[in-house]
Amino acid sequence: MNVTQFFSEHSSEILRATLEHVWLVGATMLLAVAIGVPLGIIVARKPWLSKPILGSANVAETIPSLALLGFLLPIPWLGDRADRVAITALTLYALLPIIRNTAAGITGVDLAVREAARGMGLTPRQILFQVELPLSVSTILAGVRVATVLTIGIATIAAAVGAGGLGEFIFRGLAMVNDQLILAGAIPAAILALGADFLLSIMERVLRPAR
Amino acid sequence: MSDAAISGAIGEPIIEFRDVGYRLPDGQPLLGNINLSVRRGETLVLLGRSGAGKTTALRLINRLADPSEGEVLVEGRRTVDWDPIVLRRHVGYVIQDTGLFPHYTVEQNVSLVPRLAGWPELQIRERVLGLLALVGLDPGIFLKRYPHELSGGQRQRVGVARALAADPPVVLMDEPFGALDPLTRAEIRGEFQAVQKRLQKTIVIVTHDTSEALLLGTRIALMEGGGLKGLYTPQEFLQSKEPVAAAYAAQLHALANFERGR
Repeated sequence: MNVTQFFSEHSSEILRATLEHVWLVGATMLLAVAIGVPLGIIVARKPWLSKPILGSANVAETIPSLALLGFLLPIPWLGDRADRVAITALTLYALLPIIRNTAAGITGVDLAVREAARGMGLTPRQILFQVELPLSVSTILAGVRVATVLTIGIATIAAAVGAGGLGEFIFRGLAMVNDQLILAGAIPAAILALGADFLLSIMERVLRPAR
Repeated sequence: MSDAAISGAIGEPIIEFRDVGYRLPDGQPLLGNINLSVRRGETLVLLGRSGAGKTTALRLINRLADPSEGEVLVEGRRTVDWDPIVLRRHVGYVIQDTGLFPHYTVEQNVSLVPRLAGWPELQIRERVLGLLALVGLDPGIFLKRYPHELSGGQRQRVGVARALAADPPVVLMDEPFGALDPLTRAEIRGEFQAVQKRLQKTIVIVTHDTSEALLLGTRIALMEGGGLKGLYTPQEFLQSKEPVAAAYAAQLHALANFERGR
């Protein structure tokens, strides 16, 4: 049985796993952006908080993924459902590039522009939302893009705690020494990663402010 | 009293510096013992070399910085008693690199402050058209352009229009023509004089260019090493015996002699 045949015979199963994978990654990215962008703003605004925030995000990055899932399992509410554990772990990995790029985007805003904004009487809030964030959008999106591609790959580990996704095929394939099963997980994951990278790179270009 | 006679029709003090000093957070002094008043309708030039404290003095007026000693008053009220946001919207501000928002069109840049102040849409529109015409830009061509699609001179004009947008009684200009080539610079200066004649704003300009100071200023405040060396009308400045002022004047004379010699 060749790979194409395998794919067509198991198409519904592969589709279900792919959708699970998309759900895991999508939920992770929503959370990571919701947490990472505000943290990035804090890093840019309050230099004394930048070390602890970036340091913690860095440390999270260095924990081996299987170990991180293991650490999260016994935590009361989180451990109740496998996808909660997986999404939490993935979010921790996705934070660093988003925090770093948000901070870089904001600190990269032209000093003259910021000075003019202050001098014109914009409040710090207005400077953030009307000047700094719009001018950082493409840099922030570049961070989101890196994080998304990274997350699509790491999310295959989620199957280890029973959270589903394309990792199921990979783990099964490894256990059964079946290359086709491994490919059934790896190929859609690679396609997802390429697709996400492509879409986000287009968004990045469209939203880049004129210079 | 004789001071008032010199400046003619010019009115009451609108900006005052009283024994003002300013230090950086690390204690390094940038300004000391500044006493100065700017009267309604006059154009005061802060002249001096780089590092003389001109820009710092300017930033004390719209509360981008607060004095470490003494006080700065705007319309009779200490700047530290003003809400900084209210004060800054009350005072126009033009800087050398214009600081136009690169993601906003000319129209959005100019209309920003009136919009924040909640003007009705129709009035904002009218105001933007009027201002662009005032600074010599055809609204039909420039309204929808982005700053990167403008020349240096055009950007500077938009910067001036933006500073005037909410019709502030006071306008601060930090090296407004500094980044321009000499010809464009002369052209915009001329237009600036014409505009000022019409609007009668109170203006404080920072420059290190002597001829610009003499051309534009009703009075010149000469600054050196964080202190105020003297206050002159353009006439007095040229005849001053004060060493620093005399050095500036001598440099102008040398240029004039060089031209005559050719």
